Amino acid sequence: MAMDAMAVIKQTFFQECEEQLAELEMGLLAIENGDHDQEIVNAVFRAVHSIKGGAGAFSLDDLVHFAHIFENTLDLMRSNRLQPTPEVVKTMLRAADVLADLVRAARDDGDFDDARTEALAQELAALGNGGVAVSAAQEKEEEVDLSQFRPRPIAFNFDEEPAAPAEPEKKTFSIRFKPKPDLYAKANEAALLLREIERLGVATITCDTSELPLLSELDPEGAYLAWTVELKTDADEATIREVFEFVEWDCDLEIKGDAASEAEELDVLALIRKVREAVEPEAASVSPEESVPAKAREPEDRGPVKSADILKIDQSKIDQSKADHAASGPQQTTSRVDRDRLDRLSELVGELVINQAMLAPRVTEAGLARGSDVTVGLDELEQLTRGIQDSVMAIRAQPVKSVFQRMPRLVREVAAMTGKSVRLFTEGENTEVDKTVIERLADPLTHMIRNAIDHGLEKPEKRLAAGKPEEGLVRLSAAHRSGRIVIEVADDGAGIDRTRVRASAVNKGLISADAQLSDDEIDNLIFLPGFSTAEKVSDISGRGVGMDVVKRSIQALGGRISITSKPGQGSVFTLSLPLTLAVLDGMVVTVAGQTLVVPLTAIVETLQPKGADVHGFGGGARVIAIRNMFTPLIDVGRELGYRNEAADPLTGVALLVESEGSMRSALLVDAIQGQRQVVIKSLEANYRHVHGIAAATILGDGRVALILDVDAVVANSRADMTAYLEPNLALAG
Amino acid sequence: MSKTVLTVDDSRTMRDMLMLALTEAGYHVVQAEDGVHGLEVLRATEPDVIVTDINMPRMDGYGFIKGVRGDEQHRTIPILVLTTESDAEKKDRARRAGATGWIVKPFDPVKLVDAIRRVAT
Repeated sequence: MAMDAMAVIKQTFFQECEEQLAELEMGLLAIENGDHDQEIVNAVFRAVHSIKGGAGAFSLDDLVHFAHIFENTLDLMRSNRLQPTPEVVKTMLRAADVLADLVRAARDDGDFDDARTEALAQELAALGNGGVAVSAAQEKEEEVDLSQFRPRPIAFNFDEEPAAPAEPEKKTFSIRFKPKPDLYAKANEAALLLREIERLGVATITCDTSELPLLSELDPEGAYLAWTVELKTDADEATIREVFEFVEWDCDLEIKGDAASEAEELDVLALIRKVREAVEPEAASVSPEESVPAKAREPEDRGPVKSADILKIDQSKIDQSKADHAASGPQQTTSRVDRDRLDRLSELVGELVINQAMLAPRVTEAGLARGSDVTVGLDELEQLTRGIQDSVMAIRAQPVKSVFQRMPRLVREVAAMTGKSVRLFTEGENTEVDKTVIERLADPLTHMIRNAIDHGLEKPEKRLAAGKPEEGLVRLSAAHRSGRIVIEVADDGAGIDRTRVRASAVNKGLISADAQLSDDEIDNLIFLPGFSTAEKVSDISGRGVGMDVVKRSIQALGGRISITSKPGQGSVFTLSLPLTLAVLDGMVVTVAGQTLVVPLTAIVETLQPKGADVHGFGGGARVIAIRNMFTPLIDVGRELGYRNEAADPLTGVALLVESEGSMRSALLVDAIQGQRQVVIKSLEANYRHVHGIAAATILGDGRVALILDVDAVVANSRADMTAYLEPNLALAG
Repeated sequence: MSKTVLTVDDSRTMRDMLMLALTEAGYHVVQAEDGVHGLEVLRATEPDVIVTDINMPRMDGYGFIKGVRGDEQHRTIPILVLTTESDAEKKDRARRAGATGWIVKPFDPVKLVDAIRRVAT
């Protein structure tokens, strides 16, 4: 039982470690950026201290050892004995990485880099020595010091009494104990200490009341009593002293071994009663049971002596402290909610939104006046529904911080591997977005940052030659813009080398040699599948993952990615993502009498096909010329099997869509009904997977509409077409 | 009626461990996350003993102890501070702030209960 509970606590500990590690890194980065606020240094110290504390409880020795050295160095910084120079902070950041590795190794029972850990431990210790490397002798000393820090294993076993030391020989001690007023002020209790002494053996306790003044002269905050104890025990003097451990400064204490005395025998309860009788005669009738827990000095006994002033001073300090905190930002209190419950809530709210939308036209149909109670009530319902929807989205929303926080370490590692000097600047990390989006953002962002350092930033020599600072800058920012979250990864590197990109694309057969491309179009070539500009595939970016994969994963989130670049000045990658995956902006269209929803993010433009632009091939395959580019024209109705005969393109509408690999296609639909936000319902969860369909939704009139999987439809159609036209298809360019 | 212990610690791990040790020893436990929160909980729950960490955000252990000792209604509540063995200075500072006693981290549940018994019934 207790062991299970400990296992759960251990899990909590590792969760908490992750939070502390994030706090640590954030704090160190703030310090690196010149923020020397004492509270930040304290928070950083606290993070390491907390990790050490917990690790000690679980006997994670390696972790305790390293955290202890780290903590010592941070303590020097905290007390201004170590200046946070860039070198010092850089070492600490690397130490934070090592600490993170140690935490994870402990959590996963994995290995960690012993040599690296030891090297950093020495570097940290050297910082403490004013940069002087630790000599062997000093190191040895340090070892000795650390030995005090061996965590003590905890035996959570309350059924078993601790084994009593086998020491049969009883000794007699004479103890004289005279409390000072401070002892009581700190809420220590003479009677309780005497009771503990009594537990050690046979005690004869005498109370010395000779200094007790008359009641009228008695200071309620004073200390007048003293006790003598003759204790026959097998415990040693140290054990007796331990009882008085908390009060040794606040009392006169004398302990003599093997003394004999003829003291009057009194038990503690009788003693207390006697004391109370002396202090306040009216309390004489108090029963022993009550008199034990009751303090010999109850608050009301003390009177209003000066305490009002004390209270005032301290209250003002508390207020000050509160104010300080308010200035440094609100404290977050959080509750943990099961993910499934949250999903269920979102789903229900989705239903509510649909239901509410269904009601509105019904009321109009019923011919009710605009000012009628029902209409007004319905308006209110709509407001409330929207409010609930926003609140649920807010619950699911999290700051992008959790992803952004992983990036500084990545930057350090990639910078070290490429031999570049990089500074990461982040902003807008409190921008919130749906948790699901955040989780799926980590990989593309990681890749983009790697890319920015590896391909974007120049080598230091090159930068210096170009008159730029040696240290390259990568900026990662997030912001809300028109109902979406926009994330930018910018670097101040060389920008895209368009000549090289173009040549490479031609080389790889992605474009024809005489293709006329704007600068923008050339820049966007890097999103084509299989494109890689690095002449030599590097360790970092060239892992077979290109920008096409990044684009693909962003699109899968209903997002868009674009790049702008200025030669010699750098590049900016811009991601635009929906705030939630639960709703989707869609174009509602009609195809063969069916209502379908096409995700708006996939649509580039819509157009009315003209007879001269549409060209047919055999097998029903057609292309449409859009600004002199031949684009496959896909009949959605036929593709989904709604009809066998091809629709007349001239009576329909073409949706120019961009799908996987930046390929453009035109989807032919019969008509556009309108644009609207729809709540996504999984088709797999409710029915089964249907090819060409991504999900379903329920429209305002209660009918189910399918949401088109644009990529799948396009890929399928292209496969058909390629099979048919294989020899002479040359669409690109 | 079991005695109520208020634990004040910013670490969830430490709070959970104290909770486990104290509930197994028969105490009723209330928790707070820092000094400011601790003073709030103190007024709401009237604990018999307080166990507090020192290093906490918002208001540290010293501030919290002074807050309790300065509160006419609660100044007689025994307070034990959680501290590491090496922190003689911290121990001393806590004592001067008005701490009743201390518990060495990582704590041994038996010693924890011993210490509580030494300052409260």
